Amino acid sequence: MQGDVKRLSLILLFAPFALWIVLLIILPHLGMVYLSLREKVAPRVYEFGFGNYIDFIQEPIYWNTLLRTGSMSILVTVLALLIGFPIAYYIAKIAGRRSRGALFLLCLIPLWVSDLIRAFGWILLLRETGVISTSLQKVGLISEPVEFLYNDATVIVGLVYTVILFMIVPLVSTLDGMDDAMVEAGYNLGGSGPTVLRRIIIPYAMPGIVAGCIVVFMLTAGSYLTPILLGGKNSSWFTEQIYDQFITRFNWESGAAFGFLLLAFTSLVVWAGLRLTGQNLANTVAKN
Amino acid sequence: MAVSTHNKGFLLGYRLYVGAFFVFLAAPLIAAGTFAFNDSLFPALPWQGFTLDWFFNDTEPKLGMFHDRRLLRGLYYSGVIGVLVASLSVFVATCNAFLFVRGEFPAKNFFYILMILPLVIPGVILGISILVMASNIANGMEDSFNIEIEMLRPGLPLVVLGQFSFITTITSLVISARLKKFDTSMEEAALNLGATRARVLRTVTLPFLRPAIIAAWIVAFLVSFENFNTTLFLVGSEAPLTITMFDRMAKVGSTPVLNAVSFFLIIGSGLLALVSVLVQRDPPET
Repeated sequence: MQGDVKRLSLILLFAPFALWIVLLIILPHLGMVYLSLREKVAPRVYEFGFGNYIDFIQEPIYWNTLLRTGSMSILVTVLALLIGFPIAYYIAKIAGRRSRGALFLLCLIPLWVSDLIRAFGWILLLRETGVISTSLQKVGLISEPVEFLYNDATVIVGLVYTVILFMIVPLVSTLDGMDDAMVEAGYNLGGSGPTVLRRIIIPYAMPGIVAGCIVVFMLTAGSYLTPILLGGKNSSWFTEQIYDQFITRFNWESGAAFGFLLLAFTSLVVWAGLRLTGQNLANTVAKN
Repeated sequence: MAVSTHNKGFLLGYRLYVGAFFVFLAAPLIAAGTFAFNDSLFPALPWQGFTLDWFFNDTEPKLGMFHDRRLLRGLYYSGVIGVLVASLSVFVATCNAFLFVRGEFPAKNFFYILMILPLVIPGVILGISILVMASNIANGMEDSFNIEIEMLRPGLPLVVLGQFSFITTITSLVISARLKKFDTSMEEAALNLGATRARVLRTVTLPFLRPAIIAAWIVAFLVSFENFNTTLFLVGSEAPLTITMFDRMAKVGSTPVLNAVSFFLIIGSGLLALVSVLVQRDPPET
């Protein structure tokens, strides 16, 4: 009797989970893969095959965009880690108790502001008639207005800006758990700053580093707004290609193939990252 | 202090770096907010004087946000979508928390990974996969039974489903984390005192979870409100605010009314985020 009740409640709890995962995650993705394997041979006539993928390989613009998106996303991830780590360490370990909370809150607030508004802010700062160009002219450093938008460097700055908090927040919570005595012991044993960092702090922070890198990489590779708004027409971001296939050309078959390729690519990078660092998804991403 | 403090110069440099970082963090938001108060037709320098017209003025060309029907409609749809997504995802997340924290069943680890998975799928792909499936079902229904199911065409229901699909993971993690901290002896005590299981849930366990449930709801609402990537592919004629603003930016070019909306949203989401942090904080022990 007791066992039956337990089993019933387990089934009742499992039902919403199963409905959610099966109907909204598994089936749609299988459907997308299925669609990507359909080739249009004539109006309303389809055949199965790898035609959409072959088109992808044969058109350098397509795979160049994917490679470009991938390499720039990795660059953004590395930059976010390098810039964000000292900030996270400062918040978790160096700031006093009071300022720690305040700094952390300051980090959290921009996290909740839409990408659109953040990109909009950068546009106002960086464009030809924008704040920075105008101010530099006023000061006399430049004589003509300068356009800072629509180049790769700007896209990278914008992307780092959009994602860096997703790096800092998991790092702060990991570093928060580290006992200061460990670092002191490292110094007492004669370790120099870099040695302590490399042998004690970084190994300890590894789950947070991996979690941050995964989320940041994923968000960057899948972002749409920032590259388009800051990079202009030639930003060549892969999500833009997907949008183009789906909405502009109404070629859903090839759009689905592109979507699957992006998913496969990001999964591969995430998997490789987890493999290399000996972490797994459950103890990194899910911890926060 | 976990850094060698002998080196004063190093510490000063470090502080300057942290300061510079926070300037970097704030600059675009300040730029996006400030021009809402500039009495000019363009969100750019020079400063023409302070005005509230971009909020309250009711005539073109300086139509304020509270009189701009399209922006207000976007805001309304964003609100409706946010409330639906947050409520739905918090409900499923609460079930998930009990399932994964308390339940014992075969292949639990595998299912747990499945639960986290939506977090590492790019939003664009969630959008297109759901769009493809819904259209397939709708087309199939139309071809075989000649029934048109409006719900499966791009529009509000699909946007809600698309956002729900990944926001549920976030809310599940928030609520599970709280449930893990729960001391089960409190439930046992209540059961020993003769309470039924349902009553224990209502009077002991759920009140303990309440802060996490509220915080998860707010987080879900905020994530839904600012979502763009998934929504982009599922949106019909009822466009939420982010899509409306993007259209305006791409087609009409920006006027300070977008700054007014930005200002409104920065303040609004800041306050909501603050509330979600505050409710999760445990009351100070006395």
